[in-house]
Amino acid sequence: MKKKTKVICSLLLAAAVFVLLYIVDINNTGNSMLATVLQLGAIYALVAVSMNLLNGFTGLFSLGQAGFMALGAYTFGILTIPVESRGMVYYLYGINDVLANAALPVPLAMIVAGLVAAFFALLIGAPVLRLKSDYFAIATLGFSEIVRILIGSSPLNTVTNGSLGLKMIPGFSSFFTPFLISGFCILVIVLLLRSSYGRSFKAIREDEIAAEAMGINLSKHKQMAFIISSFFAGIGGALLAMFLGAVTPTTFPVKLTYDILLIVVIGGIGSVTGSVIASFLVVACKEWWFRFLDQSMYIGAFHVPLLKSGFRMVVFSLVLMIVVLFFRRGIMGDREFSWDGIAAFFRRLFRRNRPALSGADLPAGDERNGGDGHE
Amino acid sequence: MSLTAFLQYCLTGISIGGIYALIAIGYTMVYGILRLINFAHGDIFMMAAYFMIFAMTDFFLPWQVSVVIVIVATIVLGVVIEWLAYRPLRSAPRMSIMISAIGVSYLLQNLATYLFSALPKGYPEIPFLKQIIHLGNVSTSLVTFITPILTIGLVAALMFIINHTKVGMAMRAVSRDFETAQLMGIKINRVISFTFVIGCFLAAIGSVLYFTPRATVNPLSGALPGIKCFVAAVFGGIGSIPGAVVGGFLIGISETFIKAFGYSEFSDAFTFVLLILILLIRPSGLFGEKQTEKV
Repeated sequence: MKKKTKVICSLLLAAAVFVLLYIVDINNTGNSMLATVLQLGAIYALVAVSMNLLNGFTGLFSLGQAGFMALGAYTFGILTIPVESRGMVYYLYGINDVLANAALPVPLAMIVAGLVAAFFALLIGAPVLRLKSDYFAIATLGFSEIVRILIGSSPLNTVTNGSLGLKMIPGFSSFFTPFLISGFCILVIVLLLRSSYGRSFKAIREDEIAAEAMGINLSKHKQMAFIISSFFAGIGGALLAMFLGAVTPTTFPVKLTYDILLIVVIGGIGSVTGSVIASFLVVACKEWWFRFLDQSMYIGAFHVPLLKSGFRMVVFSLVLMIVVLFFRRGIMGDREFSWDGIAAFFRRLFRRNRPALSGADLPAGDERNGGDGHE
Repeated sequence: MSLTAFLQYCLTGISIGGIYALIAIGYTMVYGILRLINFAHGDIFMMAAYFMIFAMTDFFLPWQVSVVIVIVATIVLGVVIEWLAYRPLRSAPRMSIMISAIGVSYLLQNLATYLFSALPKGYPEIPFLKQIIHLGNVSTSLVTFITPILTIGLVAALMFIINHTKVGMAMRAVSRDFETAQLMGIKINRVISFTFVIGCFLAAIGSVLYFTPRATVNPLSGALPGIKCFVAAVFGGIGSIPGAVVGGFLIGISETFIKAFGYSEFSDAFTFVLLILILLIRPSGLFGEKQTEKV
């Protein structure tokens, strides 16, 4: 396919997505589940892609995402809660004098949120990145818990409002905000992955020693990947804070990291498209489609067994275990969405004497269906 | 702090440390053999507490019988988990098997929430273990007193198994070199199952000792002790049983004293700071072997 055609196709797709979102938006009276799921899905997509940048593309198994999200969310919250309502938010402990009037406009605060997360990544990155695979995972998990505990601890009451958390964080000004920000950030990550840096990351993932022999500065690139990933996790945290309107230390438990990891796994470790599709799918299943599992149900006089509060999460975890055990490559494996793939898929489809599709064609089809299904 | 209070805290710390040591052994043995952080171990420990509630509160069994049932049920749970979730991934990359472990932990927590609700449940009283005994000025419940003794006894038995029996020798061989052990005719799957049996046995005993003085259980009550015990295992040098015991006692004692000095909100953070520090200063832990990577 020619480059020009591809650009046109991409623009058409973007326009189609925009129109669909617009339709959702104008039909959104009050709290539509679809609108909520799409917004939350967009936020999770950004965080999942940022985690994939580390886990899938650089081969660093990090479990610290919730911590960096917490840093981003709190930085954003502290800087954007309207100055006049701060007294109300910090009614119990009072607010630190330095912060009382420190307010930034939303876009700037979001960048600062990312930068704070990135700064902490820089601080702990240098020592922690020396550790090997699972030790690195457990150290980042520990870091994430330390952040959460410190945020909720009493010496920081005048900054983070302790265990009460922050409220009255401004929400999205328009329905499209999370999609635009998240989409833009993911685009930046994709461009980064296509650059020479991205190739170095992949080289490190495949074989550290070989990568080093090829002249890649290991520690510098790992550090870069860690900082960039944390930056976007911080922005994701800020988006989540906007979405929720209120954050407490319990918003960012280790379980949040696990949720995101599971999205990455279901989507395919090492695939940006996979992470995006999976985050919409997972959020939709978890928050919406599987909801009926939590309520007891009668078909006629027959009481459907097993259905009660909590069953949704059990089904969800079972699905997840099945993916982990039997479909280890997830939805996309490490392949990406491309127009060439789709074109090849349709070419095969219309060639009548080939009923069985070969494995290489499937991703494009999955992608297409997955994409249409939820947008 | 008076001497009595000091001794009291020491005893509490040693007791909780003993429990941590028992759980840490489960982590260290599995890691030593499979090179897997068994994230589900803390949740197995939590499930053991629910088994106890079942046996004693729902079936009115005497505590002696209940403890045996809890041990058997926990071992079955652990071996089934290994069989279903870890064995199929034996040749998979390490990341997949770790993700599988996280998935099992997630599943167990959700399953416990579904079956027993997220609200804390009362842990049955074991009057025998709760009786108060006096040692000089220090008074404590029997369970606090016997925990460290039981821990030392069990560890001694475990060391005997590992150093002087055939299956122990097989375990050492498998942890040294998976493939060569297989070539030497060791049935590694059986050895790995046996490792899980021991780990879960100790976790079940640890669970009884841990929850008896604590009164309630909830589906998340295994997560934090689980991570702490993993830290203990790393501190002592992963793969080393004496290391796990020392690490467990050290974390238990320091945590108790941090709480005693009024910094209880930081006691959990301390564990993680300790983890990061030990990983930076001496990644192989106190007694761990230095690993060299083969190219």
